Amino acid sequence: MNVEQRYRLIYKPVVFAAGLIPFAWLLCGAFGWFDLSLGADPVKKLEHECGKWALNFLLITLLVTPLRQLAGLTHLPRMRRMLGLFAFFYAVLHFTVYLTLDLEFNFRELFGDIAKRPYITIGFIALVLLIPLAVTSTNKMMRRLGRRWQKLHRLIYVIAVLGVWHFYWQVKRDVREPLIYAGILALLLGYRWARAQQRKATSTSGSATAPERT
Amino acid sequence: MKLEIPRIAPSDITPQDTFRNRRAILASLLAAGATSALRTSDAAADPQATRRLEYTRNAQYSVTEPPNKYEEITSYNNFYEFGTDKEDPKANAGSLKPEPWSVTVDGEAEVKGKFTLEDILKGQALQERIYRFRCVEAWSMVIPWVGFPLSALLARFKPTSKAKYVELTTLYDPHQMPGQRTPILHWPYVEGLRIDEAMHPLTLFVVGLYGQTLPNQDGAPLRLIVPWKYGFKSIKSIVKINFTERQPRTAWNEAAPNEYGFYANVNPKVDHPRWSQATERHIGGSFFNSRRPTLPFNGYADLVADLYKGMDLRRNF
Repeated sequence: MNVEQRYRLIYKPVVFAAGLIPFAWLLCGAFGWFDLSLGADPVKKLEHECGKWALNFLLITLLVTPLRQLAGLTHLPRMRRMLGLFAFFYAVLHFTVYLTLDLEFNFRELFGDIAKRPYITIGFIALVLLIPLAVTSTNKMMRRLGRRWQKLHRLIYVIAVLGVWHFYWQVKRDVREPLIYAGILALLLGYRWARAQQRKATSTSGSATAPERT
Repeated sequence: MKLEIPRIAPSDITPQDTFRNRRAILASLLAAGATSALRTSDAAADPQATRRLEYTRNAQYSVTEPPNKYEEITSYNNFYEFGTDKEDPKANAGSLKPEPWSVTVDGEAEVKGKFTLEDILKGQALQERIYRFRCVEAWSMVIPWVGFPLSALLARFKPTSKAKYVELTTLYDPHQMPGQRTPILHWPYVEGLRIDEAMHPLTLFVVGLYGQTLPNQDGAPLRLIVPWKYGFKSIKSIVKINFTERQPRTAWNEAAPNEYGFYANVNPKVDHPRWSQATERHIGGSFFNSRRPTLPFNGYADLVADLYKGMDLRRNF
């Protein structure tokens, strides 16, 4: 089996199934299957867990490049589209729970929240920015957009920052968890920044290195 | 609205032989107005067990909405002394020892000193009141508390004319309350009321829930309930009552003065800086039927609005 087959027949299906586990767990909790429960406030729990998994998948997606460069996993980027789409999936779920179960379709409150509550404003922006990334995730789109695809998908950095900030601003008092997410994000972005600095240094010193695709 | 029988899970009911074996039966103490405290070692061995209380229903101060389930009230708590997740207090409050318990009374009052729980409860007839409870986080419950008016207790201590406020303090003991090892709030937790708020007939000194003594996670063995204010004013596990001339510094106001005020009256027109207070999510409501408009003073406006006549409720939030 070659690498392409291994990814297509084994790794991707496994990761796909794994990516659905949080969803399955939440579904069971919502309906009380297998003795699972979402607690006394299931709507909040659902909302919160979907949001966290969106962030988790965002961070995992950002981990792909460092792993490729540091651990030599040259084929890992094949997985990245699926991971990014899982982030989108959980983000959409998070927003859907908020609109339908939390606000109970009260659109007036939704618009009020988006306009007046900064943490919701930036959360909503992060979600909206994910849409063009999800829509252009197909091979066809990649071919169609060419170099512009690369530029567009750099938005993931902005989205990740907005997402973590949304979490931080939402928390009532205990900022420890959002700060951990912020720390990990800082490492993942800092790593890229450091690499970019390194590349700049080597290219100004005269070597004809083509810019790396992250 | 027919009267709802409070739902108590079978697992919450004290086993009959345990009940009979306990010598310090709080219920008979209170019913008989007995003054002697019968100490038992059983209670120390099992601090989470609750005991039946004797009380009368006070319909005048009760809402007719059905109360939340015991399971909801005792598994969804903000009690940072035991952790900051809603499930933490139930999981971690076993280390709290609600007996023996004493309350220190100090400040601008003629009668001061240290009183045992039994002293505090001496001669007080317990009543059950079904109150609305509204958290500042915009969720709410309906809870059948058992207690007596704080005014009845405070009158015993004969506060002087200098007593403009009542300051209350929670236990400080990081061994019993592991959350206090982290400075998430300034420990011990302190809350306070203006003297007229403290003496208001709605303000309840609470020792029980659903006819039983309070489980640890709900603030055992005694707590305050001020139903027209956000829940953080309803301080738990009280060890000190202090009559003061000046407004006390309170835990959440100290932690975030622009977000949590001293008065903390439930007010749909005054938003939290980061989220709206116009609506709330009722715990235990069904899907698509939980969000409701927030009521001014949590629905107790006709009883308490007078306390704030002429006050700017946005500035004094």
